[in-house]
Amino acid sequence: MNGETPLISVKGLSVHFGLGRKLFGEQKVVRAVENISLDIPKGSFFGLVGESGSGKTTFGRAILQAAPITKGTIAYNDGEVDYDVASLGKLDLKDYRKRAQLIFQDPYAALSPRMTVRDIIAEPLEVMGLTASRKETDRRVREMAAKCRLNLEHLRRFPHAFSGGQRQRISIARALVCQPKFLVADESVAALDVSIQADILNLLKSLTEELGITFLFISHDLSVVAHICDHVAVMYLGRLVETAPTRELFAAPRHPYTKALLSAIPSLDPDNRGQAQKLEGEIPSPTNPPPGCKFQTRCPHAIDICRSEEPMLSQLGVEHDVACHRWEELFEDQAPSIVSAQVPEARPVSEPVPVPKPKPEPAPAAEEEPVAPEVLANELARLRRKNRIAIAVSIFALLALPFACAM
Amino acid sequence: MSSPLIKVENLTLQFKTDEGLITAVDNVSFEVAPGEIMGLVGESGSGKSVTAKSLMKLNPGNAVYSPESRITLTTDGEDFDVLSLKTDRDLKVVRGGAISMIFQEPMASFAPAITIGDQMVEQLLLHSNMNKMQAHDFSIEMLERVGISDAPTRFGQYAFEFSGGMRQRAMIAMALSTKPKLLIADEPTTALDVTIQAQVIDLMKDLVNEFGMGILFITHDLGVIAQTADNVSVMYLGKLIETGSVRQVIRDPAHPYTQGLLNAIPKLEQLDVPLTPVPGDIPSPLDRPTGCVFHTRCSQMIVGRCDADIPTPTTLSEGHVASCFVAQYGPGGVAEASA
Repeated sequence: MNGETPLISVKGLSVHFGLGRKLFGEQKVVRAVENISLDIPKGSFFGLVGESGSGKTTFGRAILQAAPITKGTIAYNDGEVDYDVASLGKLDLKDYRKRAQLIFQDPYAALSPRMTVRDIIAEPLEVMGLTASRKETDRRVREMAAKCRLNLEHLRRFPHAFSGGQRQRISIARALVCQPKFLVADESVAALDVSIQADILNLLKSLTEELGITFLFISHDLSVVAHICDHVAVMYLGRLVETAPTRELFAAPRHPYTKALLSAIPSLDPDNRGQAQKLEGEIPSPTNPPPGCKFQTRCPHAIDICRSEEPMLSQLGVEHDVACHRWEELFEDQAPSIVSAQVPEARPVSEPVPVPKPKPEPAPAAEEEPVAPEVLANELARLRRKNRIAIAVSIFALLALPFACAM
Repeated sequence: MSSPLIKVENLTLQFKTDEGLITAVDNVSFEVAPGEIMGLVGESGSGKSVTAKSLMKLNPGNAVYSPESRITLTTDGEDFDVLSLKTDRDLKVVRGGAISMIFQEPMASFAPAITIGDQMVEQLLLHSNMNKMQAHDFSIEMLERVGISDAPTRFGQYAFEFSGGMRQRAMIAMALSTKPKLLIADEPTTALDVTIQAQVIDLMKDLVNEFGMGILFITHDLGVIAQTADNVSVMYLGKLIETGSVRQVIRDPAHPYTQGLLNAIPKLEQLDVPLTPVPGDIPSPLDRPTGCVFHTRCSQMIVGRCDADIPTPTTLSEGHVASCFVAQYGPGGVAEASA
């Protein structure tokens, strides 16, 4: 922003996971993140939205060098150091871990039940060797705990004694204690009740301002993102479909997917029922993505070009990018209001009526099943192990055969 | 208004644990009429699910119902006192018969090693007098009805082969295939994406219209309630603190807790207004506050009154009931109250 180098600058990032191994033929590949470029300015609260299976989490992990980066570069520059995250050496990676931290989704699973809260918060300091003495560790733990509104008595207890909101405050304290410059919050409020959620959001917001941290806030909840972030990127099936400053995005969403996401938020007005523009179907499987625009199977405005050619991100404002073939014409004949339940009328004659449900061809079984990339990676590792055992057994059998015959 | 389908009166439920008796539900009364969607809202730990499970007596063995508790189910002109049903055989009238339930985690509620189709057929064989062939055809018909494409193939698949939205659809199909009078939906859309949530809500509303059954819709999301329910009950720490029609409760909330919940929701129309959380956390059921259960977190708490006396349910307008001294007498009306 304003000519300053962004904290994180991602260029053409792709993360692919291989699926199973084949002796012949091509290996199946899940393109969890495909060719994403974006800049996260220093001190910003950057939101990343999308449905489950859209690759948000993988993207967040890749930035933290916690997922295998297939292609592309991630430049990190906080004024002190300048890293290319994709090719960090061991020592540099250790240093990068101090600067970039992660807050997890489920506060119940993220904290070890056998450690006291003090030990949990102190662990990053001890592991990274950031403090000289136990005294200093204690001091920093207490400082951070106070910032996250945990009192001294809390530090002696174990996580089971805390409610969801308190646990999430403990995870936040743990992530912040090594004074990171960059924090990825992956669905950090999704597991909390609304009354607590607002509390955690306010805490995160005030901490960013106080400590000057840059946030990547991953969420599926657009209304939360609208309130807390100053910049939003929308992902769909591993692609970036729209990115804009929050206000602009919510006042005038250009991509049909962003519009649909916005109108799917249930309205609090009981007399405003069923006004929303509904999306048909579900997010396709990343192993078998549709050709052309990835959103064409569910898009109410899809035409021929959408089915054959993938749209590139086109700039339409200072920081507003959208990846849609038809955003210009669609935007012209649309009222600026967000929740307009408009029906697409002015369609070219040549265009067939969009068929919402049955996808064109592929194998019915695997279709429509979004698989988490992590699960696939685990599966892959398991298969490899199994293969190894099978090979060992067959070699042994071959070796043993002559002996068996001789006997 | 037609006679209620299920009537819950003075339901009080405690759990025997090592730490003593824990009150999970405290003197709760409500009713659901045929064709009505009744919303039950509250934070986690407020006793929503326990209340719903009581309707089918699904709570674990250490649950103790107080003697005044009464749950009356009226089906085909016959009344059943649910809590007095003892054996599993007697309870068949209720479980899977008159009442079906949809759970929050669709992955956890299907058996992983049995195909979806076999599970649907099994319950039809148990709860209706169809034979296997009829049950098979009817199950496929139901799957199609809830919008699952290629139903005959899907019938033979396992739960892990379905995506989250489809699993929830299959769950709905399964729950509805026994033609229940009352459907209990326990956070049916919480685990789903917004776009899928919108589809599932639409589907449920269509089905109510078609089958004319009552739905007890449990959720913590007031937005979902505003979109679906006819009447709402707000629950906090085992107590119903406010009930009324959806318009009364959402437009004109009387209880400070309901107001707090509504204010805590991030709204797209007011991006500049900072979020106001309900301060503090829900207290542990082991040490329930004296007086009004909400007074520890209430911003309008009247010292000496809210922390001492238990507020009684007060009718504010036709059908709108709240248990709160502030709502009853107004913020300055304490003197009047003690007079």
